[in-house]
Amino acid sequence: MQNVINGIPLWWYLFVAAALFCIGLYGVLARKNAIAMLMGVELMLNSVNLNLLAFWRYLAPGSQAGLAFAAFIFVVAAAETAVGLALIISAYRSLRSVDPEKLDQLKF
Amino acid sequence: MGGFTQENVGEFLGILPEILMVLWASAILAIDLIAGKAIKRRVLGLLAAGGTLGILLITLLAQPAESQVVLGGLIRNDLYTTVFRVIFILGAALTCLVGIDFKPLRAGGEFFTLVIFSAAAMSLMAASNDIIMLYLATETASFTLYLLAGFQRGDRLSAEAGIKYFVFGAVTSTTMLFGLSLLFGLSGGNTNYAAIAQTVINPVLRVPVVLASLFVLIGFAFKTSAVPFHFWAPDVYQGAPTPVAGFISTASKAAGFAILLRFLMYTLPPGTSEPSLVWATLMQPLAILTMTLGSLFALIQTNAKRMLAYSSVAQAGYVFVGVSALALGVANRAEALAAVIFYLATYMLTNIAAFAVLGIIESRVGGTEISHFNGLARRSPYLALGMTAALLSLLGAPPMVGFVAKLIVFREAIGANLIGLVVIGIINVLISVVYYLNVIRAMYVERTEDEARPLYVPTPTGMTVMVTAAAVLALTVISTPFWELALQAARTFLGGL
Repeated sequence: MQNVINGIPLWWYLFVAAALFCIGLYGVLARKNAIAMLMGVELMLNSVNLNLLAFWRYLAPGSQAGLAFAAFIFVVAAAETAVGLALIISAYRSLRSVDPEKLDQLKF
Repeated sequence: MGGFTQENVGEFLGILPEILMVLWASAILAIDLIAGKAIKRRVLGLLAAGGTLGILLITLLAQPAESQVVLGGLIRNDLYTTVFRVIFILGAALTCLVGIDFKPLRAGGEFFTLVIFSAAAMSLMAASNDIIMLYLATETASFTLYLLAGFQRGDRLSAEAGIKYFVFGAVTSTTMLFGLSLLFGLSGGNTNYAAIAQTVINPVLRVPVVLASLFVLIGFAFKTSAVPFHFWAPDVYQGAPTPVAGFISTASKAAGFAILLRFLMYTLPPGTSEPSLVWATLMQPLAILTMTLGSLFALIQTNAKRMLAYSSVAQAGYVFVGVSALALGVANRAEALAAVIFYLATYMLTNIAAFAVLGIIESRVGGTEISHFNGLARRSPYLALGMTAALLSLLGAPPMVGFVAKLIVFREAIGANLIGLVVIGIINVLISVVYYLNVIRAMYVERTEDEARPLYVPTPTGMTVMVTAAAVLALTVISTPFWELALQAARTFLGGL
């Protein structure tokens, strides 16, 4: 197992990925715009990709599992955006707003 | 090199039901596009449901004698997978039938296509043997359900349900994915369940493994609407078109449990390491919270759809009692797993029937408040009878099959020495008497001005309600072969550990 490549240890990547994940999560929870929330989710997905690729490069460069996993996540992220935007547009047509706080018809 | 060998055939048979479902769903979409107005939506829906039932038959015939791992380790095709496939396919077929005449939905070919796609993805969830497959199948199932929840175009509540479901779903599933990526690293770059299980057993890794498995558990808790990740459920079930709410609350929930068990039992088998002890212990508070909060919130609802939504949260709690028995019991592990499978299957039938009746009330009477059920027994005695059967089964009253299912789950929990859990479960069943009987009272006791006018019940939905209600009653008497089947599925599942 090789924990330092080109002078960069594995945990640096993991740290950046974890930070990215937290920023994305904060974005989803704090933003008042559905599109911005979608962007937060994309950040979270990218942090996962960073994790996967770093683990793949450092721990298992011989296998393709990490690369395949990351490639699938690109596709899922694209599909997620398409589905999310479709729902946001459909909601905008009936609500004239993309602010999730306006979505308050359903409670208790 | 190349050629069509025996092995290829085995690989092909391993995912035959899913291939057929995707093909049939695409065919429905194509027929809708080509035929246009020439073919009625009703015919299209019947075609979708009929074809799905045909696939169900093929699934049963193509069932391999023993557990096999196909597609390079991505899929495990065993009796457990087949039993869950049957649950999902049956759920999809019933949802198509109920969706035909649910007016507000204006169900076109794309509705039936999405439902069948979703069932195919759920089957892959139950079959998954690799974290890549786990994630892809879960997301495919979720995406179709997000779209179905927001399907009622122009309806504010449906749009709101779609967005809420999407946002909660995207965040929790990405959190789950983050956990999976950590497990991928901790296992040194493995994605296969068995390979992960072998590496994470290392005691040095116990803290990060616990952390990663908690992340993954959040995703499953969302899918199964376990407290504290249940708050989307009532909103989504209430806002989503009623047949879709029936589908999400049954098939999707069953899929969540199928994958939860598959993943946790195969990567962290109970009793092998400290991280496995953590999730096994966590199942108990999850069961208690989910049962109790679900029942208490159902108690204060005046809207029948929202009441059924909270009731389905509570039902998930009872399933978690079975999961606790599976995780903590040693002697009766197979029986506990069989109890979970049996419970999920009977719950699927029952709840879809309840939502089907609710759908008729919504589109023909004009709302989903409990007061809209007033006098139903006089306007449509058969429908009222079907709803009564469904509600009594959800409650767990004899002679309905829900009684047998609850009895088995509690029996196995006692077998695993979880007496406290069973006591809390029984208290919750007693609470649930109030809110289920409330609807029955409205149907039989309350009066309404429209009593003289019989309620028009569309044939496909009416037939669905009658057949499922009859099944709910009949399954009590002939439960033994189905219990044996569930037990055999549980044994093959545990044999693959």
